[in-house]
Amino acid sequence: MLDADFFHRWMTATAASVEREAERLTALDSAIGDADHGINLQRGFRAVKAALEKEAPDTPGAVLVLSGRQLISTVGGASGPLYGTLLRRTGKALGTAAKVSEAELAEALRAGVDAVMALGGAAPGDKTMVDALVPAVDTLGDGFAAARAAAEEGAVATIPLQARKGRASYLGERSIGHQDPGAASSALLVACLEEAAAAAEG
Amino acid sequence: MRMLINVPETVVADGLRGLAAAHPDLTVDVENRVIVRRDAPVAGQVALVSGGGSGHEPLHGGFVGPGMLSAACPGEVFTSPVPDQMARAAAAVDSGAGVLFIVKNYTGDVLNFDMAAELAEDEGVQVAKVLVNDDVAVTDSLYTAGRRGTGATLFVEKIAGAAAAEGQPLERVESIGRQVNENSRSFGVALSACTTPAKGSPTFELPDGELELGIGIHGEPGRERRPMMTSGEIADFAVNAIVEDMPPRNPVLALVNGMGATPLLELYGFNAEVQRALRERGVAVARTLVGNYVTSLDMAGASVTLCQADEELLRLWDAPVKTPALRWGM
Repeated sequence: MLDADFFHRWMTATAASVEREAERLTALDSAIGDADHGINLQRGFRAVKAALEKEAPDTPGAVLVLSGRQLISTVGGASGPLYGTLLRRTGKALGTAAKVSEAELAEALRAGVDAVMALGGAAPGDKTMVDALVPAVDTLGDGFAAARAAAEEGAVATIPLQARKGRASYLGERSIGHQDPGAASSALLVACLEEAAAAAEG
Repeated sequence: MRMLINVPETVVADGLRGLAAAHPDLTVDVENRVIVRRDAPVAGQVALVSGGGSGHEPLHGGFVGPGMLSAACPGEVFTSPVPDQMARAAAAVDSGAGVLFIVKNYTGDVLNFDMAAELAEDEGVQVAKVLVNDDVAVTDSLYTAGRRGTGATLFVEKIAGAAAAEGQPLERVESIGRQVNENSRSFGVALSACTTPAKGSPTFELPDGELELGIGIHGEPGRERRPMMTSGEIADFAVNAIVEDMPPRNPVLALVNGMGATPLLELYGFNAEVQRALRERGVAVARTLVGNYVTSLDMAGASVTLCQADEELLRLWDAPVKTPALRWGM
């Protein structure tokens, strides 16, 4: 079972991962966007970390709702509302339980990803964060390592796609050949589930 | 990178402090990043709120004042502001007559303004929205995020602002804003990429002797690259792109806009070619504005925006306006 501490670690690990990978995310964004994805997420997850340190909610759902709200209030751009909605809706779906199973997390995360697709109007294959998140949710039942691999594969699989959503879509065919930065950062978020679980065992 | 800045992290806040120092008619909340006309809320008038990423100055903060915007929310450089900013701005300027959000069609701006509208409505503020999507360089289809909002934003803000100043109700101000957007088309070219303070290097590589056609205002590359053209050839290309998309039936308002690093000498020369290109296609120009209004940091280049204007739109365009960057009649 996963408790509030697990979700706290998930968010903290994501914040650290975004710090480490900010330059790579920004470089990916400079090819087909406007070169600020890493910096924007960094600002958001720093705020998430600070808010969790200050408040430390005691249920999984509350950790994610608070984190999502921080992202909406600090990131801006498309990533703020989309990542914020992902975490808030996932947190809301988890409800007020003190502990949740991995299966319940998988179900809640699907609700979060569905909300992201509804908000951004993106479907799999549009070269967005959805291309990493949907495969991750589909394989979460097989464990965090499987979800991590699926998200990373999904992110890499955006390279040959033509963007249909977001700023990269303005480039038309010129968006082909570049990895989507949102899919790349989503893969980081999913990978940190495994990190959060490993930290508990260690 | 050589920039007149302290550190990249404070570029937006530093700019706001300087704006405040230069323009006592504005109230500038540097911490929360909201620029408000000092006499807001104005009783009986619909309030106009716009915003977007910083780096497009004077858009939007430079257009706050009587006859135009009531408030503006600048985001990080090229990043849309957050809903909290917009909701705060709406609360500060609403006189009870409602607030019109003017939103450029970029995914981030649209999502954040939608969330802000919900927050403002929770606080009892009546909100309407005009989406600006004038850029003919982008195919508007299921396969893109839709046309970008660029130069027409200035036309919408000025004309809807004049309607609000006359005391017209929210539905009317909104419909005039929509009409201006529907009647407007833009096309932009870049002669160099821009450099964001945070990244410190050009956002795309443009070799000597080449130009990008159909660029947006965020340093994103255009849809096509060609060998350098003359000012006259660029004017023909831009005017063709616009006129093919929207054959003008009325006299037009013309905006010849600099992207930030093109001198006025070049912009005026370009305007001469744009006017010639329009004349050759039988398009009558009623008013022309030349200058840096919707910029992209230090990008060199220009955009052309045309708006078909009937008598009412012309009258509202000519109405008095008093903002840092646009001022006439008062």
